[in-house]
Amino acid sequence: MNNTTTQIEEIISQEYQHGFETDVESDAIPKGLSEDTVRLISAKKNEPEFLLEWRLNAFRKWQAMTPPEWADVHYPPIDYQDIIYYSAPKSQKDGPKSLDEVDPELLKTYEKLGIPLHERAILAGVAVDAVFDSVSVATTFKDKLSEKGIIFCSFSEAVQHHPELIKQYLGTVVPVQDNFYAALNSAVFSDGSFVYIPPGVRCPMELSTYFRINAKNTGQFERTLIIADKDAYVSYLEGCTAPMRDENQLHAAVVELVALDNATIKYSTVQNWYPGDKEGRGGIYNFVTKRGDCRGPKSKISWTQVETGSAITWKYPSVILRGDDSVGEFYSVALTNHRQQADTGTKMIHIGKNTKSTIVSKGISAGFGKQSYRGLVRIAKSATNARNYTQCDSLLMGDRCIANTFPYIEVKNASAQVEHEASTSRIGEDQLFFCRQRGLSAEDAVSMIVNGFCKEVFKELPMEFAVEAQKLLGVSLEGSVG
Amino acid sequence: MLEIKNLQATVAEKSILKGINLTVNPGEVHAIMGPNGSGKSTLSNVLAGREHIDVTAGEVLYNGKNLLDMDVEERAREGLFLAFQYPVEIPGVGNIYLLKAALNAKRQHQGLPELDAMDFLNLVKEKVKLMEMNEAMLYRSVNEGFSGGEKKRNEILQMAVLEPTLAILDETDSGLDIDALKIVAKGVNSLRSPQRAMILVTHYQRLLDYIKPDFVHVLAGGKIVRSGGPELALELEKEGYAWIDPSAKQSTVNL
Ligand SMILES: Nc1ncnc2c1ncn2[C@@H]1O[C@H](COP(=O)(O)OP(=O)(O)OP(=O)(O)O)[C@@H](O)[C@H]1O
Ligand SMILES: [Mg+2]
Repeated sequence: MNNTTTQIEEIISQEYQHGFETDVESDAIPKGLSEDTVRLISAKKNEPEFLLEWRLNAFRKWQAMTPPEWADVHYPPIDYQDIIYYSAPKSQKDGPKSLDEVDPELLKTYEKLGIPLHERAILAGVAVDAVFDSVSVATTFKDKLSEKGIIFCSFSEAVQHHPELIKQYLGTVVPVQDNFYAALNSAVFSDGSFVYIPPGVRCPMELSTYFRINAKNTGQFERTLIIADKDAYVSYLEGCTAPMRDENQLHAAVVELVALDNATIKYSTVQNWYPGDKEGRGGIYNFVTKRGDCRGPKSKISWTQVETGSAITWKYPSVILRGDDSVGEFYSVALTNHRQQADTGTKMIHIGKNTKSTIVSKGISAGFGKQSYRGLVRIAKSATNARNYTQCDSLLMGDRCIANTFPYIEVKNASAQVEHEASTSRIGEDQLFFCRQRGLSAEDAVSMIVNGFCKEVFKELPMEFAVEAQKLLGVSLEGSVG
Repeated sequence: MLEIKNLQATVAEKSILKGINLTVNPGEVHAIMGPNGSGKSTLSNVLAGREHIDVTAGEVLYNGKNLLDMDVEERAREGLFLAFQYPVEIPGVGNIYLLKAALNAKRQHQGLPELDAMDFLNLVKEKVKLMEMNEAMLYRSVNEGFSGGEKKRNEILQMAVLEPTLAILDETDSGLDIDALKIVAKGVNSLRSPQRAMILVTHYQRLLDYIKPDFVHVLAGGKIVRSGGPELALELEKEGYAWIDPSAKQSTVNL
């Protein structure tokens, strides 16, 4: 995968062909960011007035903000005027016509990951109708959901068809001024997913093994909003184990989850953006704000993530435990190889009584990879009998990689119980030799040892996702042992 | 089956093996004894392919092939098994998972299909019974939290499942209680056959009471200084290693 150069520069250096005012019909707008850009995006998406105002407010706040510098990641400054903030979803006309035209290296990786044949084609950008009739699959899926009153659609569609829900919930978990990237996203977000589960409904399927393919063209400023109403349950899958390429280097997504009384949201992510070549050139910068709000009593939000991609990852999926007896969980595997940098972790904000949070973070560094776990556990004065358990393990491969742990604990209520465990280990030559002496190849051995290390997290993933994730770790670490 | 000729090896530029000659034929059991630090584990590890040991001279033929040219895993798949003196722990990896991966790697190498889940389970359970182990051990992480003796027994379980052609047991008897020793010996003896050979590294005669060796060798200062039949082990038990020429013992004293 290392031989494909990114197209960023090419795109950025393209001269724009159209005038500014007349652009509503065109595919892309000129690069640069101003109030006019924000208005244009909103107009192109035919958004209601309240949303435009919301975006403009975010933009004004953003202008006064600076990028955070506390994270231990390093990259050249980003010129925000040198980015194109809107382009219509690409048509597949220009894509390869069949698998024969696809880079064999890419296909090899899909095969190693065990991605089903028809999905490989779609992922590689082969026109969908050449592969199967996606519409019928999507329709069956949608029928089943709408029977139960579940809304699952793109964010843009939700804006058109359910503006009242958007108005009620958007920005209530991640306020527009929350941080630099969230503000930027709020001003210019492209598209994403919207989910609403009505009271008492248990979503009958994982959202969305099929839709992970469809969700590909959401652009670099993705916006997702998931609401589980009272007593509802949903398990949502984001991303894909197949290597994802994108011509946009900067990704700044926002995900908001709202769980009302006694509702449960399970959100699983496998992130495998292009990490750049071995020297770290051309990889994706992934600056994500993900937060869940356990708004009602007895609600539960669980984040599970497997992060193997991106040149830089800046990501802290968090839970606000507002409702009494609510539960927050964070299970994470982050892998950095070559020159990848990851600063990731979570925040558990305990506000309600008897709230409980669990954090299990597994970091794996290989090559020159560098990663930090940054976790905040805050127990507010109101959070009587709050409990947190944090376990934070790092596995190092080789001696040129780095792993750091920064746990922050703030306790304002004396009844709190907070437990923290941390460990750092190295994949020992002894373990490797032992496995190989039993007949396993070095690569299988590493993959087995690493998967053993990550077991507590993988068991939280939906079954087939877990299988893919295991393979993914193996593939991502290829070449990291002699 | 195994022919070691003038094998010399260094670790961290220190000469450890100084010209080993040893021939092992199918069906034979060889015991290797010798003082601490004389190079017994080093020899076992060289045969298994441990990378940090540099072979500086000599050759090793295994079933007619140049063993030293083969990868660690290739040697294993060709039927060479090493029971480690200090078995490692692998957190999070189920014992049964390791057994399955190992067995299938070997079967694939032999051009055999993978065992299906039922057949595999039956096979493993049978071996667990042979080793008088608790089935629950199968589902625990490899050696994690195992007692010293349990780890050793687990090595022999792996051996029983993999059915090696040449098994090298590096002090598998150390740390075993009497009952466990008998069980391990039973496991080892069940594998004895005219096609298989074994090298037992041990300090004690008592293992050899249960597993009768055909030959006993004394390794001292990186060389085999004496070879004989089972009676040699009895003699060593009585007399120790005082008789060994101090110049041969030199390197073992220079720790
Ligand atoms: N990695 C290493 N670096 C330096 N010296 C080593 C290393 N490994 C082994 N040695 C040395 O090689 C010599 C032989 O060690 P080896 O483990 O083969 O002895 P042994 O005969 O198995 O002893 P024991 O009976 O105590 O198990 C010892 O002096 C040991 O200190
Ligand atoms: Mg030894």
